[in-house]
Amino acid sequence: MLKDLLTSKKIILLITGIILLLLLPVVLPLFMQARFYIYLVSLILVSGLFATSLNFVLGFGGIYQFHHGVFYGIGAYAAALMLLKSGLPSWVGFIAGPVVSAILSLIMGLICLRLSKLYFGMLQVSLGSLVWAVVYRWRSFTGGEDGIHGIPIPELISSPTGAYYFTFIVSAVCFFIIYKMINAPFGSVLQGIRDNAIRSEMIGVNVKRHQLAALIIAGFFAGVAGVLFVVVDNSVFPDMLFWTLSMEVMIMCLLGGWHIFIGPLTGAALMILFRTFIGTFTIYWAFIQGIILMIIIFFLPSGVLGYFERKMKPTDKVLKA
Amino acid sequence: MLQVNSLSKTFSGFRAVKDTSLEVKKGEIVAVIGPNGAGKTTLFNLITGILKPDSGQVLFKGKDITGLSPHVICKTGMSRSFQVVNVFQRLTVFENVQVAVLAKEKKTWNLFTPSKKLVIDETNRTLESVGLIDKQNNISGALSHGDRKVLEIAIALGGSPEFLILDEPTAGMSPEETARCIELIRHLSKKMGLTILFCEHDMELVFSISNRIMVMVRGASIIQGSCEEVRSNEAVQEAYLGGDATC
Repeated sequence: MLKDLLTSKKIILLITGIILLLLLPVVLPLFMQARFYIYLVSLILVSGLFATSLNFVLGFGGIYQFHHGVFYGIGAYAAALMLLKSGLPSWVGFIAGPVVSAILSLIMGLICLRLSKLYFGMLQVSLGSLVWAVVYRWRSFTGGEDGIHGIPIPELISSPTGAYYFTFIVSAVCFFIIYKMINAPFGSVLQGIRDNAIRSEMIGVNVKRHQLAALIIAGFFAGVAGVLFVVVDNSVFPDMLFWTLSMEVMIMCLLGGWHIFIGPLTGAALMILFRTFIGTFTIYWAFIQGIILMIIIFFLPSGVLGYFERKMKPTDKVLKA
Repeated sequence: MLQVNSLSKTFSGFRAVKDTSLEVKKGEIVAVIGPNGAGKTTLFNLITGILKPDSGQVLFKGKDITGLSPHVICKTGMSRSFQVVNVFQRLTVFENVQVAVLAKEKKTWNLFTPSKKLVIDETNRTLESVGLIDKQNNISGALSHGDRKVLEIAIALGGSPEFLILDEPTAGMSPEETARCIELIRHLSKKMGLTILFCEHDMELVFSISNRIMVMVRGASIIQGSCEEVRSNEAVQEAYLGGDATC
């Protein structure tokens, strides 16, 4: 279980991971052309945070947030437009991203939570696509299908290494906060709602209000991930809030294991590494992605990490798929 | 404590509960019996707010709670268990009860204190009172059916209710488990002073623990009275006990 996750062995593993990631930009250039790999790891952290924010409502909240990409994209666009057009200090833009995402999340949540399960998901896809259409068509403001490139980033974090450290620190803080929330009473109640909404209602939980709060939190952190993407890539484009990206991030959650906290991050790392390295051999990446998805559904219903967790402690304490 | 006045509910033309009234006094154990489909569960759903009645009134501790949301009604001190096992599948036994305690303590909006540090004593006490303490770390989805039914009751108790509604607490239990469950209900009533309303098919259980019995047939209450009155009533024997049943 999550609560037993941080045993001493895990803490050592965690600290080792943090040190490795911190040293990466220092050590890597000694061996190879590091720029690309540092960019790649930054991207994994961004996508990992994005997927983890989705999983907060999907894996732990049981809410079928089918179009989570909207909040990622809107967060990125909000930050990008603020940086480019407002003339305000850049930190305002960085904060605007998540805040705008959270507000959009509140509005969409209020509408969508009238329905449940699959219907929630379908309505969410429709509303999200509406937002996408606006961004796609409003050429004068959002740059239309080309998006916005060359977004001015503060000098300190504009180099690949600077962007990497910024991404690393911000995402680490976010991971920590989300982890805390999942293990706090709010997270326990959220998991209760996932398992049994009617029962939660019967023990005195206002289910809809908790779900709405969870959606706002998830939207906020997706917005943070969007802002980080702007820092790493200096660009935004409408594909960031197209529904296929939302599906991809959902696959990341399933691939890594959606009932385990670091599952989505693992899934994101695997997906991005696959895409990058298989993509150099073939242009039919989407085909391979499809096959991977089928393999997960058939053989690893609880994801890669879920599979290993089961292998390691074959007791009834392991969460069932 | 609970007063139900001529409650009715219709599902697309089918009158599931017809003009039913019921009163439960503090400290009583009241049973609702009746054949399958008589409307017992619907009645409970109407009382606890899962369904909204078409007409009628539910008073709890003198306050009108008709048509309020379940989570609001729960906060007034009423709690229930379900007929079909309705636990939090992926959580451990401990967490199942803990969530209920957290909800009662209004701690559900706490975002950063680890849950494992909160309301441990109270959760353990509840688990102890139902005899699930040594299974507290098991995932509830992997429990035996009988244990899950007991966990059902434990979750309901987690909210420290004054009034407990049990929907077929012993359905599907083995004879030993049933005996244990009877003991538990007695304990809840005598030691913890709970008022209990329950429905059940096990006549032995009904007659051994209830103070009063209400008989429902096709959505309507046909008699309410003591065990003897119900046992000797001809309408009951005809409608429910099959005419010549001796019990």
